[in-house]
Amino acid sequence: MFDDFFTRALIAGVGIAIIAGPLGCLVIWRRLSYFGDTLSHSALLGVTLAYAFSMNITLSVFIISSVVAILLINLQKRTKLAGDSLLGLLAHSTLAIGLVLIGFLSSIRFDLMGLLFGDILAVTTDDIAMVWIGGIIILGILYFIWKSLFSATVNYDLAAAEGMRPEISNLIFTLLLAGVIALSIKMIGALLITGLLLIPAAIARNLSNSPKQMIIIAILAGIASVVLGLFTSLELNTSSGPSIVVVSLALFILSLIPLEIRGQLQK
Amino acid sequence: MAEKNNLLVKLDNGGVYKSSKWLVRGVSLELYKGQIVTLIGPNGSGKTTTAKMILNILKSDEGKMESYTSKMAYVPQKISIDWTMPLRVIDFMKLTNHINNADITEALKLTGVEDLLYNQINNLSGGEFQRVLIARAIAKKPELLVLDEPVQGVDFNGEIALYNLIKKIASTLNCGILLISHDMHFVMSATDHVICLNGHICCSGSPSAVIKDSAYIELFGEHTAATLSLYKHHHDHSHETDGSVAK
Repeated sequence: MFDDFFTRALIAGVGIAIIAGPLGCLVIWRRLSYFGDTLSHSALLGVTLAYAFSMNITLSVFIISSVVAILLINLQKRTKLAGDSLLGLLAHSTLAIGLVLIGFLSSIRFDLMGLLFGDILAVTTDDIAMVWIGGIIILGILYFIWKSLFSATVNYDLAAAEGMRPEISNLIFTLLLAGVIALSIKMIGALLITGLLLIPAAIARNLSNSPKQMIIIAILAGIASVVLGLFTSLELNTSSGPSIVVVSLALFILSLIPLEIRGQLQK
Repeated sequence: MAEKNNLLVKLDNGGVYKSSKWLVRGVSLELYKGQIVTLIGPNGSGKTTTAKMILNILKSDEGKMESYTSKMAYVPQKISIDWTMPLRVIDFMKLTNHINNADITEALKLTGVEDLLYNQINNLSGGEFQRVLIARAIAKKPELLVLDEPVQGVDFNGEIALYNLIKKIASTLNCGILLISHDMHFVMSATDHVICLNGHICCSGSPSAVIKDSAYIELFGEHTAATLSLYKHHHDHSHETDGSVAK
């Protein structure tokens, strides 16, 4: 049952879930879910460019996502459009450019479904190293800027007034988000990465009373989603990304039960 | 009066320009350790903007801002904690500093909310949250404390107690306090220096001097407490509806 590729996918997937936990919580707290979507749509362009110039996919996706994130921050300062309009503009134009470019690369055999929805067969030993080393770096940086980032999430002015330098940590956070998307694109696929960021954190929100608790539960829920999702993917021969996200959704529905019970008790 | 080395911040002719208009301009103020400076003025007169310049949240677009302390604490005017975040009072107290539990409990006791330590911030009433905000600022033991209408939503008795507490903190912690307040009784009885703003400094000085100033009387009326809501403004200059000085 434990085929080699499957073990590889499990190890990489668990790594991604651990990184996605704290970042997902921040995405929920900062109401950035659509921002995550934009970055992951632009990731497709990154993949296409990686094939075109035979670059490392993770690196190329990270660069493109970072560029889009910085572009967004600059556009927000210069235009009179609201954040969500700019996000939509960037998400769909980068996705479209990516898809147009794929058309030009007809000489290369291209697994579009795999790119959009993830493919566990594609996970190599190098990918595992990338996920775990990249993950340790991301979590290390996150730990280092945590106080600043977290206080700015609660209240930007308060953080700025009390010397937390929130503008710097905000920028770094954006790059970390680009990083986790780059690391998880192979397994989850460009269209569903935000699901893995968001749903475990949403599950955790239902079950937690403090920020720390929410992060730990988000990590555990993410691991459970990945492991159960990959088994489902193997058994039913479905794409890995959707399987993981569907399992995550099922866990989310289960997490509503304690809320209901608590609500009933309080009545 | 305070000596030079007790100087905490000095704003010289500061102003903030935003969306092609000056929110506030030509503001100069100094704040020393142990001193309470109050900003008063009608809505939109630039009180919060001035406070944000002092805190380096907003950069002054002209003039000069000098800061001689990094131990600052801030009680903002209106903040709402997003309900997407599970945050207890104890987590909030440690937001920008590690503060040990004894100091946290002591500060919460001072503002009368020590029972709320493990409550969710989102479940607090407006007045309770305001008390937690003040407690958090005190627990940091700052050198400079900026309070933007700190007692809004607090019940009447609590208001008096909190103002007395603020007065006490200035001396016990020997910190400088910049206060934005509408409570004229407290402003006049407990602060060292009053600055009357309306897009620029209308008048300033000790409370007893300010209260006799014609600009102050025009702005707040002779029977201060009774006519607080009447913000008329006719003296050496007049204001447009947006607060800018009419030519």
